[in-house]
Amino acid sequence: MFRMTTTAAPDDATLTRDGLAPSGEGRVLVIACGALAREILDIRDANGWAHLDLACLPAILHNHPERITGAVREAVAKHRAEYATIAVAYADCGTGGQLQAACAELGVEMIAGPHCYAFFDGVERFAARDEITAFYLTDFLVRQFDAFVWRPLGLDRHPELRDMYFAHYETLVYLAQTDDPDLTDKARAQAERLGLAFERRLTGYGDLRDALAGWAGPGGT
Amino acid sequence: MSDEDDIILSELDDEELVLQMMDDLYDGLKPEIEESVRILLDRGWEPYRVLTEPLVGGMTIVGKDFRDGILFVPEVLLAANAMKAGMAILKPLLVETGAPRMGSMVIGTVKGDIHDIGKNLVSMMMEGAGFEVIDLGINNAVENYLNAMEQHKPDILGMSALLTTTMPYMKVVIDTMIAQGIRDDYIVLVGGAPLNEEFGRAIGADAYCRDAAVAVETAKQFIARKHNQMAAG
Repeated sequence: MFRMTTTAAPDDATLTRDGLAPSGEGRVLVIACGALAREILDIRDANGWAHLDLACLPAILHNHPERITGAVREAVAKHRAEYATIAVAYADCGTGGQLQAACAELGVEMIAGPHCYAFFDGVERFAARDEITAFYLTDFLVRQFDAFVWRPLGLDRHPELRDMYFAHYETLVYLAQTDDPDLTDKARAQAERLGLAFERRLTGYGDLRDALAGWAGPGGT
Repeated sequence: MSDEDDIILSELDDEELVLQMMDDLYDGLKPEIEESVRILLDRGWEPYRVLTEPLVGGMTIVGKDFRDGILFVPEVLLAANAMKAGMAILKPLLVETGAPRMGSMVIGTVKGDIHDIGKNLVSMMMEGAGFEVIDLGINNAVENYLNAMEQHKPDILGMSALLTTTMPYMKVVIDTMIAQGIRDDYIVLVGGAPLNEEFGRAIGADAYCRDAAVAVETAKQFIARKHNQMAAG
């Protein structure tokens, strides 16, 4: 039976800093990047996958990919006894194959592709675009632009550094998971702040839905 | 800051000024660095000494504190900008006065990658250490590296990548060098945030350098080894 309730994700600041502890009594646990919490909960609720629980690692690990593999290992070890199946909703995410190796060793599946930009766009389509001068944002990163881009690069204190970071980029590509005019306006303004052209692509959830359907098991697809 | 706290750079003696320059470099104070460089030159300092003692010395401290997590990328960039401004004054004078030359390096970010902050820091620190640097910029196909090596005959080839998707291209370059029988003619150093020593070994580089300061030290060691081998041979 479909669970038709909508689960509210924690606020973005909490997802950025703390992540999300799993709740529910599902058989399947998805360990995800905090930047995917809203999207995963939305897909889960829309499909009634009540047996699928979600745990999120702090989304800010996106800025520290060298810490992702260790954090995923720890989370898998912590929850292993409580779940029949664990899956990892991360792509490579800058780990240079280390996350893939760890998941293989732990016997858990993860999402194919270099990063979430690729699986939202569709991994094959993203690769075919071969856009080396595009700077990507997702819904979450548009909402959390200051915490993930502006402040960590010191642009709040030293805006003169902008071109040292972005001179070789040409376009800010907003990969939109939802059709939200407010987020689009924000993303456009962020492109202007970075001195980049703006392009929006409505991707929806891309390959993320298929990955979750696979993990939800028979009847999930 | 009150007027009493303002430091008049020209009133500091040489030793104090060098220490002050290291502080100013650490704080990314470009105008102060430019002023201090001119003061030392006016006092008769050799351009090479101005470069090495306060500037390279100061930037080495910045590099160490970056490695130790005390400083972060924005602060390093500000310091690098200040050092670059000082070097811009010194460069023409270094050519005139004939600074010691350690060796030469062709460096570039690999194909598919447009990130050059780390590479630029390495270029600057290598120049500061007395290396001639031929910087190929970003997004370099194997032909760019080969042409530059053919033209400039450097001691060192440096390759940089920030992306896990582009770093495998370094192996393409090295494998092409092997195929052409020129691999052993060059010292190959690689670097970039997602790389590590294991990757450097796996692709056949001579060394992985985790930051600009390590790149300089590694380059010096390999050059010294090369000279020793030549002397022995």
